[in-house]
Amino acid sequence: MESIQDFLRSRADGDLIPWSAQAEAMERFGLPCRVVEELILALGLLPARYQRNRQTISTAQQQSLFRSRVAVIGCGGLGGYVLEELARLGVGTIVAVDPDVFEEHNLNRQLLATPASLGLPKVVAAAARIAEINPAATVIPCRTAYCQDNGDELLRGSHLVVDALDSIPTRLALADSCADLGIPLVHGAIGGWYGQVTTQFPGDDTLRQIYRNSSGGKGVEQQLGNPAFTPAVVASLQVAEACKVLLGEGEPLRRRKLVINLLDMEFEEIRFERHLAVVGK
Amino acid sequence: MQITVKLFANFRLGRFITDTRQFPDGTRIADVINQLQIQATEIGTIMLNNRHADPGHRLQEGDRLALFPLVGGG
Repeated sequence: MESIQDFLRSRADGDLIPWSAQAEAMERFGLPCRVVEELILALGLLPARYQRNRQTISTAQQQSLFRSRVAVIGCGGLGGYVLEELARLGVGTIVAVDPDVFEEHNLNRQLLATPASLGLPKVVAAAARIAEINPAATVIPCRTAYCQDNGDELLRGSHLVVDALDSIPTRLALADSCADLGIPLVHGAIGGWYGQVTTQFPGDDTLRQIYRNSSGGKGVEQQLGNPAFTPAVVASLQVAEACKVLLGEGEPLRRRKLVINLLDMEFEEIRFERHLAVVGK
Repeated sequence: MQITVKLFANFRLGRFITDTRQFPDGTRIADVINQLQIQATEIGTIMLNNRHADPGHRLQEGDRLALFPLVGGG
């Protein structure tokens, strides 16, 4: 009997495997999509869905992404876009964490919120969406609120964590969990026309520095809410950071916070020392 | 003494982007924040001459102060 490797090679168009051939391999050899995807990439071939990635992401890097596990904490405004982009990028395993169901006030900006999804747990919608857009990706939906006590269970084994939360104290706890586990954290936060992104590596305490003046309350979002476009912008910047960190490419926002002002269309950078150097201390 | 204050994000609304103002000697950053009618709880990052600073720090002639609001939504 023909091996699956021979089958895949015979169906390659150049080095691309069309979706129809991947689906046929799944059927013929009785294998799940992710297993066939792994075999394709191991042969140095590329699922054709990624052909427009390739001037930016090589086949070997696509394989690295496929073998990566990313935890997305919060599946609302930021998290919805982050999940979508990670799945389309080709990240192989995505842990989606959120305790909430969709409510009407989510409809203005949350990618997975529709009138039909009102009342549905956000992580259930996330799993369904990812299965629809990239069935090779494995989603681990966790309908729970991240807290320090379950941090180890939720995050261990992930190569990277994306902070898409909406509470400053919880963000700080998440940053501490990531530091303890030695996992890089891509932070994004939004409010009104404004947002910020940074990437905290193990050994850094960037989130503690960013929120050093916080007394535990909310930020500008409490007053300004969140329109449709701010989460999309900030989430996309977070996924670009995630992609770079997973691949070891480019210059991430390490000890740098990008401050985004979409009203005046200004992008500022604030730098942080490894250990906080403050004037007036 | 003359201090240059730069405001970011919604701190600009109804105020200014950059302004150079006179303050009495001994003015602390917290006094400037208070004079601008910004609540202490709204403050995210304070930069003084491109270094992070605390609200209690006393300003010097020619200082450049930048105030960024707290942002935490998702």
